[in-house]
Amino acid sequence: MDFANLMSNYGEAVAMILFGIGFSNLLLQKNLIKKIIGFNIMDTAMYMFLALKGFIVGRTAPIVINGVQSMEAYINPIPSGLVLTGIVVSVSVSALMLSLTIRLYERYGTLDLDEISTILKKEGK
Amino acid sequence: MAFVQNFPFFSIILTIFSGPLSTMLSNKKAKIWNMILIGIVCALNLAVLAFVISTGESYTYMMGHFPAPWGNEIRVGVLEALMAVFFCVVMFLCVISGGQERAREIEESKQNLFYVMVNLLLCSLIALVYTNDIFTAYVFVEINTLSACGLIMIKNKLHEGRTLEASVRYMIMSLLGSGMLLLGICFLYGLTGHLLMSNMQEAIANLVATGQYQIPLLVAICLLSVGLAIKSALFPFHSWVPDAYGYATLSSASILSSMVSKGYIFLLIKIFFRVIGFEVIIGSHVLNVLFIFGIIGMIMGSLDAIQENSIRRMIAYSSVAQIGYIYMGLGLGTTAGVVASIYHILSHAVTKALLFVSAYGLTNVSNNRRDFKQLTGAAYRNKLAGVAFTVGALSMVGFPLLSGFVSKVLFAQAAVGVSSTKMFFTLVALAISTILNTVYFMKTVIRIYTPMDAETEKEKGFTRITAKEDMGKAIAMICFVVMNLVLGVLSQPIIELIETGLAMFM
Repeated sequence: MDFANLMSNYGEAVAMILFGIGFSNLLLQKNLIKKIIGFNIMDTAMYMFLALKGFIVGRTAPIVINGVQSMEAYINPIPSGLVLTGIVVSVSVSALMLSLTIRLYERYGTLDLDEISTILKKEGK
Repeated sequence: MAFVQNFPFFSIILTIFSGPLSTMLSNKKAKIWNMILIGIVCALNLAVLAFVISTGESYTYMMGHFPAPWGNEIRVGVLEALMAVFFCVVMFLCVISGGQERAREIEESKQNLFYVMVNLLLCSLIALVYTNDIFTAYVFVEINTLSACGLIMIKNKLHEGRTLEASVRYMIMSLLGSGMLLLGICFLYGLTGHLLMSNMQEAIANLVATGQYQIPLLVAICLLSVGLAIKSALFPFHSWVPDAYGYATLSSASILSSMVSKGYIFLLIKIFFRVIGFEVIIGSHVLNVLFIFGIIGMIMGSLDAIQENSIRRMIAYSSVAQIGYIYMGLGLGTTAGVVASIYHILSHAVTKALLFVSAYGLTNVSNNRRDFKQLTGAAYRNKLAGVAFTVGALSMVGFPLLSGFVSKVLFAQAAVGVSSTKMFFTLVALAISTILNTVYFMKTVIRIYTPMDAETEKEKGFTRITAKEDMGKAIAMICFVVMNLVLGVLSQPIIELIETGLAMFM
């Protein structure tokens, strides 16, 4: 195995580990708030991955100030744009999930999804 | 450029801006406006469909003033236009069918918000169908998820807690799916450096030809397939389906089952053909995994449906089985299999919406009780719903003249063209699942046609209604039955349309 690539791309590796952590939290946690935190970790990891894909060492943000128009001077701006779009999406999803959580908590007094299911079964509706 | 070519863009913009407008209108005006809007969008897309058929080739439409590798694009072919028209028609019928339920179950002040969800959902479906940019597709997938969640959780006086819980479960599964989808898109962007589907396909063909980055490409394909499979409720990921479909209000249930999951499957087919290339997909063996889960889903979904005691949850489980059919067709790995899958998308959408509407018609005359015992003789209390349910059930079972029969024939024909192991499994699974379908659907049909004596009926307070008392449902049921017959009898031209559309994909 060649670990040289891994060492030079350690940022991507960290992003993938974070994605795994977030994904398993969203899937396995019982507590709704923890699930939402997991979702946010997962999405943030993805944005980190995207931002790293666009960044090139030694170059600057693609804003022309000094009249330098050479492509070699700047990083790729598209991933940054994608990250911004992604952030908007994940903010709205988090807001919706949190409001749903509030409604469920007001109604059942618990954040545990399994417990809520048990209560619902007892109600038998 | 012909003026008609603008219409896909117009329909997306019209529907998305109608969302905020619907929040401001009163309930009645919102309803009328939405009926008109869906009609207009349907007509626009019909014009596009006629245009693409007459020119015989697809076209790309530049959004804004940036040319291909940078700008955003819409791409229109026969298949896209056909799906858009179909989604509009089914949406229209689903919305008019649930008028009485909405009036009864949703708070007066919040009824117009239902139409906001409908607008956003229709917008995202049309955009998903037409877009040529994979990141735009992701954004509209999220809009689709959010509006579908809104449709599930609409405050339902009868089952408020249930709908809340169902929408949370739906959101969690969907978020897992869209997380994987986005990660797959990031991988593909990293590999190809493009976001437009046609440019990505060129770059990927290059990668495959030179043998570079094979493992990341495989990982990306897996992430995209599994992500969209989770979102469209393929078998092991279907836990949210029965609650979401079973307790949401009528229009929501029929919209969700007939369109939302189908939009994701269509996107997956599009990614297979337009982004990665069908040859590469077949070479990656991901289709075999989808095939196996499709087959397990076909059987397990039906087994769950047999054990169910509530008619709506039974229909929901039947959806799981039908999604299994679609993935099985995809998994065959031939164009014929994909054509069968797309045909089944149409056929299942029409039939499942019909079943939901008629099941509500039946439970409405049985004090809203949905367990089978109370449904005895319901077909006599609401005659039209009884007939419609029977037609839907027969179509699901695969009775000739109805759409379900044609899709089963197409699946079987497609299976003959592949390797003998796959053919064996497909045919056996089709046979078993048809028998299981017959068990639970015919059980229900016999139950609703078993007469209940008049005294018990009175005792339980069951009512009788005629078609005139619920015109919305009556119109929807008749239209769905007609569409079912059309798909069943005049299948050849539609199959040819799908085939030309798929040929344009490549």
